[in-house]
Amino acid sequence: MTLDATDRRILKATASGLPLTPHPFEEVARWLFLPEGEVIARMQAMQDDGVIRRVAVAPNHYALGLAANGMSVWDLDDAQAEALGARVGALSFVSHCYLRPRALPDWPYNLFAMLHGRTREEVEAKRAEVAALLGDACRSDDILYSTRILKKSGMRLAGEG
Amino acid sequence: MRTTLSPESLDATDRLLINRLQDGLPLEHAPFAPLAREAGLTEPEVVDRITHLREIGAITRFGPFIDAEAMGGAFCLCAMAVPQERFDEVMTLVNARPEVAHNYERLHRLNMWFVLACEKPDQIAEAAARIEAETGLAVLRFPKMKEFFIGFRVEA
Repeated sequence: MTLDATDRRILKATASGLPLTPHPFEEVARWLFLPEGEVIARMQAMQDDGVIRRVAVAPNHYALGLAANGMSVWDLDDAQAEALGARVGALSFVSHCYLRPRALPDWPYNLFAMLHGRTREEVEAKRAEVAALLGDACRSDDILYSTRILKKSGMRLAGEG
Repeated sequence: MRTTLSPESLDATDRLLINRLQDGLPLEHAPFAPLAREAGLTEPEVVDRITHLREIGAITRFGPFIDAEAMGGAFCLCAMAVPQERFDEVMTLVNARPEVAHNYERLHRLNMWFVLACEKPDQIAEAAARIEAETGLAVLRFPKMKEFFIGFRVEA
């Protein structure tokens, strides 16, 4: 999908969030001097195309008790990797789930799944659940816990400089 | 905020709202109307609740979730095996690159994991090569081949 200047204005205006009012799109439309219907139609088109995944709230994992997480990695049989990856990604405790290339010999794993739990023990229990789901299709696995955030900066919109 | 809220800071209605609002809202003039009906609240009451949930830190944001890649950006997860005695020096070099969006230390021989974010795909290889030249260490690249992004919800 090619975004035009108006689409980008809408994304930029809502990047830090929608206004909390009963009619948030009406308010965005007022900011941008556009009709509300156009804001909604453009956002719907972007959502249909996958540029906008959804309009929703982002929960604070830590505040809601999910204080532990680990990057689990799995060496899956290539023929089954896509089907199994979809099943792992659908689990409610998996936030990000990707197939990535291996980097042999250092790195044999091709499925990455971020696991969340209240404690590290709970994360390990969930890791065992994933292992049971994968069964013999998984040759080996590991989990990497983060010890420090070294840098965190917001993503900039492409074309916004 | 990295602390957990006490259980009594959320009532059953707050929990319902947090759980439902993680799914997409309809893009309509009154997007909170269906949820208000379900929760037995007016729409302004739903909005007040969400505002309060943000103030106490139960949620961080309400708005569109953007797929930055679909917008034309390029991203790549990268990892390096950094010798312990060089960790701070290498971290400073890596973090100084504007393409490095976030960077985590992890418990593994590959102990530095970061995401490169560029405007165009060919800039990823350039940025990785520059980091290799500056640090003398290999940058393993793990571009995403397929994303599964469906089920995750934090149950309040």
